[in-house]
Amino acid sequence: MRVYLDHNATAPLHPEVLAAMLPYLTDRFGNASSLHAWGQEARSALERARTTVARALGSGDKDTVALTAGGTEADNLALLGVAAAAQARGRHLIISAVEHHAVLHTADHLARRGFEVTRLPVDSQGLLDPDEVRRAIRPDTLLVSLMHGNNETGVLFPIAEAGRICRERGVPLHTDAVQSFGKLPVDVDALGVSLLSLSAHKLGGPKGVGALFIRRGTTMQPLFHGGTQERSRRAGTENVAGAVGFARATELMLQDQADAATRLADLRDRLECGLMAALSGVERNGHPAERLPHTTNLAFAGVEAESLILALDLEGIGVSSGSACSSGSMEPSHVLTAMGHPPERVASSVRFSLGRDTMPEGIAYVLEIVPPMAERMRQVNAGRTPAVGVPA
Amino acid sequence: MIPVPETQGKVVVAMSGGVDSAVAAALLAREGLPVVGITLRIWSSLRPADAEARFDSCCSPAAAEDARGVAAALGIPHYVLNYEAEFDREVIQYFTDAYLAGETPNPCVVCNSRLKFGSLLARARGWGAVRVATGHYARVQRDAVTGRYQLRRAVDSRKDQSYFLYRLTQEQLAAALFPVGHLSKEDTRRIAAELGLAVAGKPDSQEICFAPGDYRTYLRQRVGTAIVAGTIRDTSGAVRGRHQGVAFYTVGQRRGLGIGSPEPLYVIDLDPATNEVIVGQDRDLWTREVDVEHVNLIASEALTAPRRVLAKIRYAQAPAPAVMIPLHDGAARLCFEDPQRAVAPGQAAVCYDVNDPDLVVGGGTIRRKGGISNRQ
Repeated sequence: MRVYLDHNATAPLHPEVLAAMLPYLTDRFGNASSLHAWGQEARSALERARTTVARALGSGDKDTVALTAGGTEADNLALLGVAAAAQARGRHLIISAVEHHAVLHTADHLARRGFEVTRLPVDSQGLLDPDEVRRAIRPDTLLVSLMHGNNETGVLFPIAEAGRICRERGVPLHTDAVQSFGKLPVDVDALGVSLLSLSAHKLGGPKGVGALFIRRGTTMQPLFHGGTQERSRRAGTENVAGAVGFARATELMLQDQADAATRLADLRDRLECGLMAALSGVERNGHPAERLPHTTNLAFAGVEAESLILALDLEGIGVSSGSACSSGSMEPSHVLTAMGHPPERVASSVRFSLGRDTMPEGIAYVLEIVPPMAERMRQVNAGRTPAVGVPA
Repeated sequence: MIPVPETQGKVVVAMSGGVDSAVAAALLAREGLPVVGITLRIWSSLRPADAEARFDSCCSPAAAEDARGVAAALGIPHYVLNYEAEFDREVIQYFTDAYLAGETPNPCVVCNSRLKFGSLLARARGWGAVRVATGHYARVQRDAVTGRYQLRRAVDSRKDQSYFLYRLTQEQLAAALFPVGHLSKEDTRRIAAELGLAVAGKPDSQEICFAPGDYRTYLRQRVGTAIVAGTIRDTSGAVRGRHQGVAFYTVGQRRGLGIGSPEPLYVIDLDPATNEVIVGQDRDLWTREVDVEHVNLIASEALTAPRRVLAKIRYAQAPAPAVMIPLHDGAARLCFEDPQRAVAPGQAAVCYDVNDPDLVVGGGTIRRKGGISNRQ
């Protein structure tokens, strides 16, 4: 049996998404910027897709959506674009300690170029106190960037409250909604954000497509030059097929979002309870309620996560730790570390993220395989120090 | 008592990215064994200097990619494990400590016993595997009479690496597989080429994997502040010059002393206690007696009486006749028939059977004699 429980890394492409995209990879190959019929056909598909994504975010204005080559680019565009445009006003940036690397490393990059970055702490359950935002904002703060749902733990940040605080102080708020979009209602007005990042492949769309919502009036500079595409916010020939796929995936997600959330939360809770009942020393990382419905992050005391993930893969179960690097090996999670967990716990934590294709049989299979495997590893590991930890 | 089950299970192959471990994996897979390839990532993926030096390689130096390519070609699963912290703690720490103590370390011996057949073997058991295979040129055979697992030299004696494996215990040897130990290097390359493996022509690695080039540069970067300049003396006790730190010298070294002298001068001893480098003439480098500690015996369970052996005090040397005499506390004395030159404390001395020269009797770490006065 093969059970994929790593949907926060990527989700399978929905067959209907592929069907929607195929014409734009074959017959309807036009460049959306061309004047002729081929171009017009592509343009019309692109703008329809943009409208779908904008509406899904509660924005009636399709031009608030700039399509990008993914969530990472959207995050980069938000931070670097605002920073470049707002330098005159200030050079201070606020993020949280548990942001995705696309925000964290972009902020590090800005810090090396003379910007000042405040990294807000989280508590042991991964929660952020909105008062921290209030206290951190300064007259020279040019942007606040806080993720909506955490990719490693699923913990949700109080974006709507942060949005109110930021509006009061006249500071734009960016949120990375890559993991929450499609799983929870995401409404740019309810959240009060000026910028919001999305990625298509987390919800059954294609890889290489994302979007940045940019509220009108937000001053930005582009990262790429060489064309006026995306209202001059992103030069480059548009990925029409990708945009169409993104829109179709969005539609499919919205059709039964609430029901799917209930179903996935139920399966996730069964997984959590089942593992905790069958195995001692299993602890949840992150707040039990304030989180996305499809994600759980569990620490298996005395078990090396890297080893467990490998052994589960050999049994046909795909899970991960929060942050794998490109070679596929693990790095200690900055998210769990920021929550105050000791290195041993960080190194023994595994993320299970469910998706539309997750079925009760798959969860039952995981519950059958994991407990004896973890017990065997505990026996083998007894008396040995963990390999994965904070590098010396 | 051999604690390893006789059942067939998964085999973990430690794949460095080189041709030997690639062929090891290929041979096992050809036997139909369920093979899992593992590459130990011992380099840093997080230090910005590393990352920026290699565009597009957050943590994927070419070796891991080569191993991944071989595994894909063979159709076996392959994983890269983060061994950065453990390698640092178990191997690099030992390596730098040894040099700071005036010794010449043997990191491959430590990596084999503590990592590949230490923690990797333990992890492999957690994955349901019973064996760990590597691309070493050596052989393991079970002695039908004693039941002991014997370590033997490779068929290709020029490539033999049994020297680097002498520290493996019976439990480790019972789980070890060396599929290329029966092959010549040419055969290994030929098999790799026949299988169309991209690493078939990859040059052999000659250096310490984590400190390529001059190890002194690595030491300077890693523990530079702990390295202190001091005095060079000769055997009469006379001051002959200054040295840059005992860590930068090895017994037998002639170059880089910066001393003018009518006769050639060599490093004959390093004294970490006084931080002195002792120099002498070629004749001062020769000794018949070599004491080793932390002795690991493979051919027999214990050394109760002196045993005639063939011993070598460095990898690139032919074994020489000696008598191995048991001392207290897991130590032994090797008395060579002919004097040995430039015996470096910290290096491994490995003994082979005098009548069966492929059989590894055991070995130990060469101990520094109590200073110049005890040197023969």
